[in-house]
Amino acid sequence: MRFSGFRVFKEAVTGHKGWKPLWRTPDPQPEYDIIIVGGGGHGLSTAYHLAAKFGVTRVAVLEKGWLGSGNIGRNTTIIRSNYLLPGNEHFYELSMKLWENLEQETNFNSMVSQRGIINLIHTDGQRDAYRRRGNAMMLAGAGAQLLSRDEVREMVPFLNFDNARFPIKGGLMQTRAGTARHDGVVWGYARGADMRGVDIIQNCEVTGFRIENGKVLGVETSRGYIGAKKVGVAVAGSSSRVMAQAGMRLPMESHVLQAFVSEGLKPTIPGVITFGAGHFYISQSDKGGLVFGGDLDGYNSYAQRGNLPVIEDVAEGGMALMPMIGRARLLRMWGGIMDMTMDGSPIIDKTDIDGLYFNGGWCYGGFKATPASGFCFAHLLAKDEPHEVTRQMRLDRFARGYLLDENGRGAQPNLH
Amino acid sequence: MLIPHPLLGPRDAQEFTYLGDAMMIDRPDGLAEGAEAAFCDYVFQRDNPAGLHRELWFHEQGDRSWLVVTRNTVTHEILGAELARDVALARRATDTPADQGDAQ
Repeated sequence: MRFSGFRVFKEAVTGHKGWKPLWRTPDPQPEYDIIIVGGGGHGLSTAYHLAAKFGVTRVAVLEKGWLGSGNIGRNTTIIRSNYLLPGNEHFYELSMKLWENLEQETNFNSMVSQRGIINLIHTDGQRDAYRRRGNAMMLAGAGAQLLSRDEVREMVPFLNFDNARFPIKGGLMQTRAGTARHDGVVWGYARGADMRGVDIIQNCEVTGFRIENGKVLGVETSRGYIGAKKVGVAVAGSSSRVMAQAGMRLPMESHVLQAFVSEGLKPTIPGVITFGAGHFYISQSDKGGLVFGGDLDGYNSYAQRGNLPVIEDVAEGGMALMPMIGRARLLRMWGGIMDMTMDGSPIIDKTDIDGLYFNGGWCYGGFKATPASGFCFAHLLAKDEPHEVTRQMRLDRFARGYLLDENGRGAQPNLH
Repeated sequence: MLIPHPLLGPRDAQEFTYLGDAMMIDRPDGLAEGAEAAFCDYVFQRDNPAGLHRELWFHEQGDRSWLVVTRNTVTHEILGAELARDVALARRATDTPADQGDAQ
């Protein structure tokens, strides 16, 4: 089903009786060419790109809950490509380009809104680091601007520029960054995949893998055994749990990250603002709510909810950066489970088990990666070779010593 | 979260710094056969269970002791805490003959 102005008008005058569900609810077939485990953003994006770009349509997406019930519904919807390392930056820039064309691609309103992101600078050292990062971004074609204090003040005059501990000295801006509507992304990809013949099977939990002689034959699920030539796992926070069923240990810990939304306000914040020194970032949704977050709670968790000390810490960060936030009431908050890797960068790779592929370790940067993650994972699944922008996102990079450590913090997942 | 410190009683988890899986007490022997693979496992690979997890917490803003805390990662319930020193010494007492030889 496609949307158009004409269609909306026609349905309006005929009582909206013509709208149909956006995707089927098929029963699983006995076998597929490719099974994607995980019906979140990355899994559905993978299925969509397999069908739309690589011509593989005997594909099933298995989701233990409902579509988008995991981290794609638990993020702060920021899209950006302001990374430093070449192993990451080219990938995220590809993702940014796919975001820019997402709505035309899926004919679904994903509300991609490129309002820009500003990373605030507080010290000379930080300015040097951001200048270097900005140069790396420009080399990858992502574009970047170093802003002076006055330029930042012109755009966001409500910030506390003279905070005694972290006075604002400038900012690094990527004007193409912004936000998107998370549900629109899920539904657009799901409908696009379904229209091309992909079976999206909800309430179907994978409980094990059938592996013989080092080759995967299929998956055991809560709805019975399903055979597959290849299985791709894209389950974010549950990565360790799912891959343990295949006998694998991963270089990651699962951590909870909280996010918050205030009551709806009139347009206040033009884009995304990050206050790294205070562990705080904020944007404003199209409904007017201030969407903000901060650090991980810091301990292993699968609880999808955090604790009060971090809420207090985030609120303090907000008050330090923009004191006017104290007048807004907090409407709701939630926690998502992040698959934090040992170097803070993701993994898209084959495993040692023939036919089993892994996509995960997105830490708290998974949402912005959704289009390119799916495209590159589909490339790997269809062609058995990595897309050129994910060549460094290998599973064995830890053993080989080729880490992608953006922050240079070492093998301590809760610090990335 | 309150951590039941074996010496100081219940303390706010905010006083502690989290390190990770308590298996990090068992640092491999850097001179042994296969040390490279053992260290790769030690530094990078984690079980990351959903459920009971034994983990190291450092009482940074307290008595600066390391604790092994047993906690449920699904509910955040804390089931117990021991001094990491006691855990390490108990492990050494039941260790392999080679290590006992070193101690002598």
